[in-house]
Amino acid sequence: MNITLWGVRGSIPTTSPDTAAYGGNTSCVEVDADDWMLVLDAGTGIQGLNRSKNLRKGRIDILLTHLHIDHIQGLGFFQPLFDPEAEVHIWGPAGNSQSLRARLGRYFSPPLFPVYFRNLTCNLILHEIEKSEFTIGPFSVSSDYVIHPGPTVGFRIQNQDSVFTYIPDHEFVLGSNPLKLKDLRWLSGRTLADGADLLLHDAQYTTDEYQKKQGWGHSSMDDTIHYGKLNQVKKLLLTHHDPMHSDEQLNLLKTQLREKYNSAVDFDIAVEGSRIEL
Amino acid sequence: MAYPIELILSRHLAESLATPVFLTDTTGNLLFYNEPAEDILGKRFEDTGEMSVEEWGTIFKNKDDDGNSIPSEDLPLVKTLMTQLPYHLTFWIESLQGTAERISVTSFPIIGRAKTFLGAIAIFWRSDSTA
Repeated sequence: MNITLWGVRGSIPTTSPDTAAYGGNTSCVEVDADDWMLVLDAGTGIQGLNRSKNLRKGRIDILLTHLHIDHIQGLGFFQPLFDPEAEVHIWGPAGNSQSLRARLGRYFSPPLFPVYFRNLTCNLILHEIEKSEFTIGPFSVSSDYVIHPGPTVGFRIQNQDSVFTYIPDHEFVLGSNPLKLKDLRWLSGRTLADGADLLLHDAQYTTDEYQKKQGWGHSSMDDTIHYGKLNQVKKLLLTHHDPMHSDEQLNLLKTQLREKYNSAVDFDIAVEGSRIEL
Repeated sequence: MAYPIELILSRHLAESLATPVFLTDTTGNLLFYNEPAEDILGKRFEDTGEMSVEEWGTIFKNKDDDGNSIPSEDLPLVKTLMTQLPYHLTFWIESLQGTAERISVTSFPIIGRAKTFLGAIAIFWRSDSTA
C-alpha cells in the first residue's frame, strides 16, 4: 500500500514560511492499494488530496480518529462530498449519547458552515466504530479507543503483509510511566501498534513542553520514541507537530533525538507531501 | 491483546489515589490493586500480578459488627458484579494473620463507551477504629 501524508501539523493550520518544509496543514493521510483509497482524518491537509491526481471517482472511505476541529476542518471542502456519483463512507468513533451524524452535524451547519449535512449531494454512508474490525476493499482495519479527550480511536490497517498504524492524537503516558510497565496489555493503543511496519504517532511536544501540558491529550517526542520501541515497530514517524515548532526547531529536535536514541528505533519526523510505500 | 481503554484509565486513576482501590474484570478476577490496597491485602501487586477471584477472595474473612460472617453475595463488589450497580457497606475484615479492621467499601461497575460492562472498582475507606 502507498501512504501519502497530506497534513502533519497539530491543533491549528500554520501557513508560514518558517513551517513550509514540514508543512502547516492539519491531519490527513491518504492510503491507497489496488485502486481503493482510504482517507485518514479530514484536517486541512485534505485540500492537498483535493488537488492531487490521486483523487478518484467512485467509492472513498474517510476514517476519522475523532471529531476535534483540526481533524475535520477540511471535511466540508472535500470535493467528493458534493459529487452525486461519489459514494463516500465516513467511519468515526461512537460517542456516549449523540450519534456520529448528530456530532458531525454541528460542523455541517450555520454559523460554522453554510451547508447542512443533509444537503451534501454524494451518496453518504456513516459508520460508527469503537473497538471494531472491518474490511474495506483490500484493507483489513482495526480500530480501538486510545487515551485522548473525548471519543478517540486509532487505526491499524493491514494490506497483504504490511501493517500501518495511525494514532495521531494520543497521550498514552497519562497517569502512568510506561517505562515501568511490565505487562503491555495496560498500554493504550498496544493492540493497534504492536509490531507495525509503520507507526504514525502523535509527538507534539518536547519533554519540557509536555510537563506544562499534561492532560491535553498529546505525547512528547521522547515518549513516542519509547512507545515505538515498546511496540517493536519497524518504522516510526512523529506527527501532529506543535504549531509553534518551526522547521528550524524540528530539524534541531530531530538531530538531538537521533543523537540521544541512536538506533533504538528507526524514526523520522513526518513531512507533509511525503509518500511511503509499504 | 490489550485491556479496554476504560480499564487502562481506571488503573491509572487507581495508581494516582491515596485510597485503596481494587480493579476487577467482569467475573471478579483482580486485575490490579494500588499501593494503599497492598497494605490491606498484605501482598504487593509487583509480586502477585493479577489474582483469580478464588485466590484473592479468600485472603480475608468478612464479618458484621456482631461478628457474624457476611455471605459473599452480600458484599458490595460481588453485588456490583452480579447486578452492574453501585453498592456501599461498612463491615469488618479479618486477615489470615488474624488482624481485624473496620472498613467501608464502595463498589461501582465500569461501563464502557460502547455501554459494555467491562469490570468493577472497589474502593476501601479505612476507619480509625481497629481491633
